[in-house]
Formats: sequence, structure tokens, C-alpha cells
Amino acid sequence: MKLELITLGVLVVFVAAFAYESSSGNHEWGGADGQAGDVISQLTGGTYQPWFQSIYTPPSGEIESLLFALQAAIGSIIIGYFLGYYRALAKTKSAATATEQEAKSNA
Amino acid sequence: MHIMEGFLPLQWCIFWFALSLPAVAYGVYRMNRMIKENREILPLLGVSGAFIFVLSSLKLPSVTGSCSHPTGTGMGAIIFGPWITSVMAMIVLIYQAIFLAHGGLTTLGANTFSMGVAGPIVAVLIYKAAMKSRLNLYIAVFLAATLADWATYVVTSLQLALAFPAASGGVLASFEAFAAVFAITQIPLAIVEGVVTALMFKYIVQLRGDVLLRMNVVSPSTMKSLKEALA
Repeated sequence: MKLELITLGVLVVFVAAFAYESSSGNHEWGGADGQAGDVISQLTGGTYQPWFQSIYTPPSGEIESLLFALQAAIGSIIIGYFLGYYRALAKTKSAATATEQEAKSNA
Repeated sequence: MHIMEGFLPLQWCIFWFALSLPAVAYGVYRMNRMIKENREILPLLGVSGAFIFVLSSLKLPSVTGSCSHPTGTGMGAIIFGPWITSVMAMIVLIYQAIFLAHGGLTTLGANTFSMGVAGPIVAVLIYKAAMKSRLNLYIAVFLAATLADWATYVVTSLQLALAFPAASGGVLASFEAFAAVFAITQIPLAIVEGVVTALMFKYIVQLRGDVLLRMNVVSPSTMKSLKEALA
């Protein structure tokens, strides 16, 4: 349980830091990836032009978050399925050994 | 850490592909051999890949007022080694490049190198060093995952700095500029990633400790003391 509590504590601090930062200043909360693009144009004086465009760009922020959510959902299903499967497997195994031992002591 | 599509000059795209493709190819070879020898491992491989899928999809706000995402590669690297993790990272990056316009196909080599090669190698080195100095297993996992995440973003900064040296100050000056964007933002996220990975690792120790023993991830004596602590 200890590690669960530590994790929870760290997450609370993380959210609190976000809440504090959000309320105390004007931030865009934009992506760091995009900011790197700004640094590139600063360094090159705006002369660098990307020489290749994304083959597909989600048509809106909504579609983009849909695809990100899909990515997270697929991953979560796999993790949850196998952890649950393993847990049940361990339980049946220990139950089976318990019955076996009981049968032995009865014999 | 995604370098955007078209944002690296062609020669650097080729350079990073030349470094990351052999790693991925070797990873595919290792993965095939491992699955053939030991099919039981497949679900755990799936879980490690899924962990990368989930964590890299979460764009989190940081104290710098911008958003970035964890990588999730630490766990796969500790259990399966860096090369197999390179394969999983590349799959995620291809998904994001094609469907999300995050990263890109031209920058895939560079992004695979930072997230799938450099980060995982750091994770394995830190994990081994921490276990050798007899740190608690979960602290070792925390340190490995945190530093792997952070190293990924430092490498991204370096990749951009090499491609775009500043007019005055050169590579070092532009590294500072890119690191200010990536490396600082990433510190709190890396810590969160480390803690979550350690927690995930605890469940794997509980449920599939046998696999970790067989893969030589955890020594029998460490496993014994962990199981005793749980009982």
C-alpha cells in the first residue's frame, strides 16, 4: 500500500503545482514540441522552412483528442486485461494447491 | 520530444535513421527469438508496449506553463532490454506521425533514437547500477524510468542543437535554448513517470515474479525479500 500512497501523493503535488501555476500567471499551456519550432525560427532568423508536411493532420482539436484518447484507451485495455488475468490465475493456482493439501491431510 | 515533420534538415534525418534503424532491426531479431523460446512472455511484452502507448498519449502541463508527455519506455527497457523497447517506441511514433501529425515520418529516425534508443539505454544502465549498489528495487526502477524520460528530452534538445547551431555560440548556445524548452518542462513529468512506473513494476513483481526471475531482471535473493515484505 505504501507505494500506492506515495504515487497518490506525487500526483496530488503535481496537480497542485498546475493549479497554482494556472492561477498565478498567464500561460498558454501549449505543446513543447511546437515551441521548439519557434526556437528554430528564432535561431535561423525565420529562414528555415520545413521541407515536408505531415501526410495527415487531424482536421480539428476534437478529432485530435479523439485519436489521443483512442491511443490511451487501447493501451489501458491491454494492461487491465492482462493484470486481471494474471491476478485471477494466481488466485486459482493458490486455491488449487490449498484443496490439494486438504485432500492430502484428509487421506 | 517529437521533432515535427520536416523540421530536421535532410542530412540529419538520414543520420538519425542510420543510428536508430540498426537498433530497431536488432530489437526485432531479439524479440522474435525471445517469443520463440518462451511464449509465456508475450502478454508481458504486450503490457510493456501498452504502457508506452498510454503514457506517451498523455500530454501533461508542467510548471513552465507548457505541456509535454512522458515516454513510458523505462519499464520495457528494464524487463526486455533497450533494443526490444526501440521496436515498441517506433510503433508508437509511427502511429502518432501518421494519425496525429505529432512528430513525423522524416523525423522518425531522430525521434526513435531519443525515445527508443537513448532513453532505454539510460534506463538499463541506471537500473543495473542501482541494483548493484543494493538500492531498493522500486527506488531503482523509479530512478531508471525518471532519468530515461529526462534523457530522451535532453537528446532531443541535442539533436535540434546539432542541426541548428546558433550564429553566435554555436551548438552549445542553441542546446541551451532547446533545453530550456524541453529539459526544464520535463523534470516534473519525469518524476511522475518514475513513480507510476515503480508502481506498475510492483504489480508485475506480485503477479509475474517468475518471469522477472527467468529474465534475470531481479535476482532470486531480492525476489525472496520482496515476497516476504508482501506476505
